[in-house]
Amino acid sequence: MKFIKTPFLAMLLIAGLLPGATAEAKEASGTMLAIQCSGCHGFEGVTTGPGIPSIAGMTEEYLVLSMKDYKADNRKGTLMNRIAKGYSDTEITAMAGYFAGLKYAGHQQSPDASLVAKGKDLQQRHCESCHEESGAKADGIGILAGQNMTYLHYAIADFMSGDRPMERRKKQKMDQLITDEGEAGFNAIIHYYSSR
Amino acid sequence: MKNINRRNFIALTGGALATAGTLLTIPGIARAGGKRVVVVGGGPGGATAARYLRLLDPSIEVTLIEAKANYHTCFMSNEVLGGMRTLDSIMVTFDGLRKLGVNVVTDMVTAVDADKRMVKTADGASFGYDRLILSPGIDFKFGAVDGYSAETANTIPHAWKAGPQTALLRKQLVALEDGDNVVIVAPPNPFRCPPGPYERASLIAHYLKYNKPKSKVLVVDTKDKFSKQGLFTAAWKRFYGFGTDKSIIEWMPASEVGGVVAINAKNMTVETEFETFKGGAINYIPPQNAGKIASVAGIADDSGWCPINKKTFESTLVPNIHVLGDAAIATKMPKSGYAANVQAKVAAAALVDLFNGREPGVPSFVNTCYSVAAKDHAFSVSAVYRFNEAENLITPVKGAGGLSPMDASDEYRKREVDFAHGWYNNIRIDSWG
Repeated sequence: MKFIKTPFLAMLLIAGLLPGATAEAKEASGTMLAIQCSGCHGFEGVTTGPGIPSIAGMTEEYLVLSMKDYKADNRKGTLMNRIAKGYSDTEITAMAGYFAGLKYAGHQQSPDASLVAKGKDLQQRHCESCHEESGAKADGIGILAGQNMTYLHYAIADFMSGDRPMERRKKQKMDQLITDEGEAGFNAIIHYYSSR
Repeated sequence: MKNINRRNFIALTGGALATAGTLLTIPGIARAGGKRVVVVGGGPGGATAARYLRLLDPSIEVTLIEAKANYHTCFMSNEVLGGMRTLDSIMVTFDGLRKLGVNVVTDMVTAVDADKRMVKTADGASFGYDRLILSPGIDFKFGAVDGYSAETANTIPHAWKAGPQTALLRKQLVALEDGDNVVIVAPPNPFRCPPGPYERASLIAHYLKYNKPKSKVLVVDTKDKFSKQGLFTAAWKRFYGFGTDKSIIEWMPASEVGGVVAINAKNMTVETEFETFKGGAINYIPPQNAGKIASVAGIADDSGWCPINKKTFESTLVPNIHVLGDAAIATKMPKSGYAANVQAKVAAAALVDLFNGREPGVPSFVNTCYSVAAKDHAFSVSAVYRFNEAENLITPVKGAGGLSPMDASDEYRKREVDFAHGWYNNIRIDSWG
């Protein structure tokens, strides 16, 4: 597994973002809140899986959106709905700032080489318009390149079942992919993403 | 605060380095005067504390003293008992901590001098500290019943500290005569890992179902209710015939069978006030209190557990000693692995603040606890907590957290197995590197 350079935490200390830095802080800092997530989401937000996604490096906007969707039960999860309800909107924003500053990284998985090539082609045609840079760009959207395979399977299942909301253009693209390639198409793309 | 000068510091650690046989190669060690932390205990509490201290402020010198050369996690050890994973897969080493410049010493701390701020070890070494973190886990009240001493664990395992005890119990399960029963005695509150004995019963039942179909798990409980009871009972009904005469699991609460009074290793029986239960294998999980070093150091109260300031985890009985994990009274957090990891980060951040002349900041806490009850079937309990300064309590946020729903779908239960494993893989690295 790629080891993330840890001076980042020390830099946060110097930058005064750790608890105690603000003399009158009545709320826990974003760092304090967020480091308690790493027991599940991985040290500095990079998972080794299975199932639990990496959350390092996503944009603040996207993390806030995700947590608010969980908090309001717009997006069905297992644990995250219960967890998200434990935080105020201010706390969520603070945590989002911390995670946005972390470096995203993939982790060791075993993608099927024969599917990766097919997946790459399908990704370019069906997903790249939103999931840019072959799924690596975090522009208000989840980072898919290098994301945990099991998690990606769950995400697709949840989008298709409606347990997770999709906006109209995404639904069009996903429906098109299912029509053209079936579930095997998603599977190939997931193998491709996990190889990155 | 510190009156250890450079010469004293070297004298104190010279012995330690000689004993450990290692040389720290991290630059900056020579200037560590005034910022030394000794951490006792290499479980999720101690290891996470040592790691995060070094990550947050590498000018802090950290020594971690743990009696075992390698650590086996108690969490996930039930999967070893159920035959779903190997003992090696739950072992962690301290190499990750060493890479961060933690001085890892394999030894047992036998004395704490809070005035001189020194700990002494069984091998005769001494370590000076500016702040001490004790994360010693639990020890057992061996006098609670007749017939169970520390030595008895060599034939009647508790397996409530993982490693050789886990291996022993697993060996006994594999050797069990088909038709002989497994008796588990579940301990009274408070104890390490509230759902643990019931996850154990579930996964042993799973093993018996496919390997010794005539054998049963008899859970003799010292209580009348237990953690995640509704979820466990539903799983037991579904997978193990609970409540029918073909059930692989039976649960006997204290109100039915009376308190446990004796363990008879020779006859392989557990005796309660009203009944006697015979087992081909017996897993007696004794009543518990804080690890022994807690009472030696004077940080345990009459309850046998350690009262603390829940913002910094400093003992309310002895200054400059911080207590984490199972040993601490961290109400309302449960005694869990995740809780120890979370508390360690709060304590580490607080110490870094204190060392750097700042008031410790507002802490934040979370606990998530997964139980695997059968193949593709797990459930969880969780809470997000705030620190209530006025009452010195760690309070769950209302309307958040809670249990997996009783009516969750099969897919939900299956995903929670993956998440349990994902949590396990991730918390290992977060705690030990």
